[in-house]
Amino acid sequence: MGMLSLAIWTPIAFGLVLLALGRDDQVRAVRWLALVGAVISFLLTLPLYSGFKLGTAAMQFVEYQPWIERFNVNYHLGVDGISFWFVLLTAFINVVVVIAGWEVITRKVNQYMAAFLILSGLMIGVFSALDGLLFYVFFEATLIPMYLIIGIWGGPNKIYAAFKFFLYTLLGSLLTLVALIYLYIQSNGSFDIAAWHALPLSQAAQTGLFFAFFAAFAVKVPMFPVHTWLPDVHVEAPTGGSAVLAAIMLKLGAYGFLRFSLPIAPDAAHEWAWLMITLSLIAVVYVGLVALVQQDMKKLVAYSSVAHMGFVTLGFFIFNDLGVSGGIVQMIAHGFVSGAMFLSIGVLYDRVHSREIASYGGVVNTMPKFAAFSLFFAMANCGLPGTAGFVGEWMVILGAVKFNFWIGFVAASALIFGAAYTLWMFKRVYLGPVSNDDVKGLSDINAREFVMLALLAAAVLYMGVNPKPFTDVMDTSVAELLRHVAVSKLN
Amino acid sequence: MIDQITWVAIFPEAILLVMACAIALLDLRTQSLLRPLTYALTLITLGVVALIEALYASSGMTMYGFGNMVVADTMAAWLKCFSAIAVMVTLVYGRPYAASRDMLRGGELFTLGLFALLGMFIMISGNNFLVIYMGLELLTLSSYALVALRRDHTAAIEAAMKYFVLGAMASGFLLYGMSMLYGATGSLDINAVFKAIVSGQVRHQVLVFGLVFIVAGLAFKLGVVPFHMWIPDVYQGAPTAVTLMIGGAPKLAAFAVTMRLLVEGMLPLAIDWQQMLMLLSIASLFIGNLAAIAQTNIKRMLAFSTISQMGFVLIGVMSGVINGNPLSAANAYSSAMFYVITYVLTTLASFGVIMLLARDGFESEEITDFAGLNQISPLYAGVMAACMFSLAGIPPMVGFYAKLSVLQALIASGQLLHLGVAVFAVMMSLVGAFYYLRVVKVMYFDEPITASKIVARTDVRVVLCINGALVLLLGLFPAGLMALSAQSILQMLGT
Repeated sequence: MGMLSLAIWTPIAFGLVLLALGRDDQVRAVRWLALVGAVISFLLTLPLYSGFKLGTAAMQFVEYQPWIERFNVNYHLGVDGISFWFVLLTAFINVVVVIAGWEVITRKVNQYMAAFLILSGLMIGVFSALDGLLFYVFFEATLIPMYLIIGIWGGPNKIYAAFKFFLYTLLGSLLTLVALIYLYIQSNGSFDIAAWHALPLSQAAQTGLFFAFFAAFAVKVPMFPVHTWLPDVHVEAPTGGSAVLAAIMLKLGAYGFLRFSLPIAPDAAHEWAWLMITLSLIAVVYVGLVALVQQDMKKLVAYSSVAHMGFVTLGFFIFNDLGVSGGIVQMIAHGFVSGAMFLSIGVLYDRVHSREIASYGGVVNTMPKFAAFSLFFAMANCGLPGTAGFVGEWMVILGAVKFNFWIGFVAASALIFGAAYTLWMFKRVYLGPVSNDDVKGLSDINAREFVMLALLAAAVLYMGVNPKPFTDVMDTSVAELLRHVAVSKLN
Repeated sequence: MIDQITWVAIFPEAILLVMACAIALLDLRTQSLLRPLTYALTLITLGVVALIEALYASSGMTMYGFGNMVVADTMAAWLKCFSAIAVMVTLVYGRPYAASRDMLRGGELFTLGLFALLGMFIMISGNNFLVIYMGLELLTLSSYALVALRRDHTAAIEAAMKYFVLGAMASGFLLYGMSMLYGATGSLDINAVFKAIVSGQVRHQVLVFGLVFIVAGLAFKLGVVPFHMWIPDVYQGAPTAVTLMIGGAPKLAAFAVTMRLLVEGMLPLAIDWQQMLMLLSIASLFIGNLAAIAQTNIKRMLAFSTISQMGFVLIGVMSGVINGNPLSAANAYSSAMFYVITYVLTTLASFGVIMLLARDGFESEEITDFAGLNQISPLYAGVMAACMFSLAGIPPMVGFYAKLSVLQALIASGQLLHLGVAVFAVMMSLVGAFYYLRVVKVMYFDEPITASKIVARTDVRVVLCINGALVLLLGLFPAGLMALSAQSILQMLGT
């Protein structure tokens, strides 16, 4: 069994064991087993880092097995510089999320933990699949655990949110399925993504494919104007669900752009880049402004996610290495930061059971340790130099200025909005005198929450101070991708 | 007159006939409420028959019997094998349900089930219009009686009447179409009809006229729009065990008959019947999916879902011949066959759960009756959820691969119209996802109404677990079943 297979199937196997054996009266054992499973799964991804060869754009750790001979579908796995970090990120966030749900979840604990473990395996599968159908199967299968996570452990309006999440994303991915089948037929019966990259296509076909992929990936990212599901879903999802959704699931869409839209339909991507850039800028500026007026902390962070993902898509469609690398770095950074933001809100919610900003005030007086962490994550969210949030945004802005000064200018102005909504929220929730009895009665974070936040803080800090290991891994692959995209596929 | 190869070809049918009669007689001496002896004998018979058919299928031979009147090829063998297993599973699920509803005072459930299966076998193997018709009548007459098995239950009697009247009319359609073709070609033998059509000596109008009636009759039996009205009423009115008997295995037989009549008999007329099937499938996808949303009764919802699923099967059947070129026919027909088999598998499990939840004096027919099932029994909720996701076509459940292969066959034609149909079909399956998800929602997100425990007999539990696991496992490893379908269809087209 290859390394990637282990990374995919270990958490899923642990999840299935939890489903089969977990009982409601053995909650302790279930939690520990889940944690052991998540940690083992994460440790299993570490050898990938030591074994990853820099300086080549080829796929590494490749596994190849025939799967469905009749459709020439293969169990074909591999990672390159673009997908590599997301495998580790997914496994890492999974550990944090298991810790986050420790005492908070009391109902059907085994199913909760199993859903997250299985989900993490499936998402690693998405990032490492090199076969179109295999990718699609993993991509779609993630909907099932997430639907259940939102619906079972979510807030008061969870059912609406669960349906909105499922149907919204399914709509997009069904169109992509048609596109995949079309490519399968055009390529004379191959689901191999690399073969699709080399496939010549007419402009009309490329445009059709581009928008079919757009339907799935733009909804997932989510880009303006199909972002409306995200705030609704985030608000109702349990803390762990929000964290995984923001940290990893949104990246599935952005990753899809890099793996499918750009290399398979490069001419259409160039033709429609103006649209993508416009939508990205709207996301960055307009959605940033929308975030400013939110009363609900989770909604605010959700809108801020949309704005940050706007940077990612902006970086991808300006077609220079700073932009694309910056977009990927931003994806990783956002994975840490948004996960941390949602988990911080979860810490407060578990104590006060309110997400309204107005319910808080002066939290720093009662929870100093927690406030310190929150301040750090808030700074990372506005892109303070020295934190992970800065690196990606800075690279994208630099790339955008190189592409067109005014686009860079507009994008850079978003940093101001980012600082405004994040810091204003921080001020209202944490600073000032203690505002009510709920806040007065707050107890500071316990050891479990400390570990969870410290893990994320360490990652954010490390990536902010020393981004070189991250960019080193992706440089060659990004350059290769851009070289490929620059060549027209029209024949 | 009856040569040896005939005996080999009809051996499973012969066993079935003899055993059905023997079991009917033996059952007279049974007093016990659950009829263990009848049950055991029936299951053994079905198991043996399924095994023989599996052996026939793996031998890969094509045998003709009774002077070309019946054919036993690989497709027939596999479909018969699966329908025997489907009836077996139906009886396992249905026995406790029937016993608690006073339907096991006699052994009719088992003997009529065996006769219905015999009818399916004859349909599947029929190579002659009259043989196919005979098999069809044997199946439907047994089914009418089965629906009316609860004779003191008004809804069931109403359903039986509806089913009988409409079914008889459909049979009439089919027979009328067959007589047209007989008049035009001078033969009842499918291969001879095929040759006559290919020769070009027969007037096209007469052929198409007959074809319309045959397609209408088949559409009735498959239950596609606009010949679908009996499906919801009968599914809802019939006792659930019988609903499964009607909605499960017979779909396999109906598919086989469609193949025999339209493909083996009238492939040269494909340009005509493909258009009809396209309209039927579009209408079925549309009406089936939209009407299912409005249902509160789960049997009725699944009935409309069946209509839409059969629309997908027809998409597979209609994509075979492109511009008069049957090169991709095997691809298309095997995708439809794969679809039907997986559909039956999923239907069995979902009705199995419905019957499991039904207790004495409580039918568990409303979708709300499933509320909080996950808290009462995560296992059965999981099985039902797997079925719902499979029917919705969400990977990694097996239903996804069925949709994939059908859509693939459709898009492979390269026609823009077909691409449009494909987009329409996926949009409709998005609508479908909504009502399937609603069942999952009720089971997982809602609080249970009753705290009553689910009591399941061991046989039911084991079979249901295997059935549910297969819905997932065949999704992870679909290659075998796909290859099996492809091989069956290739062999059928080759002869």
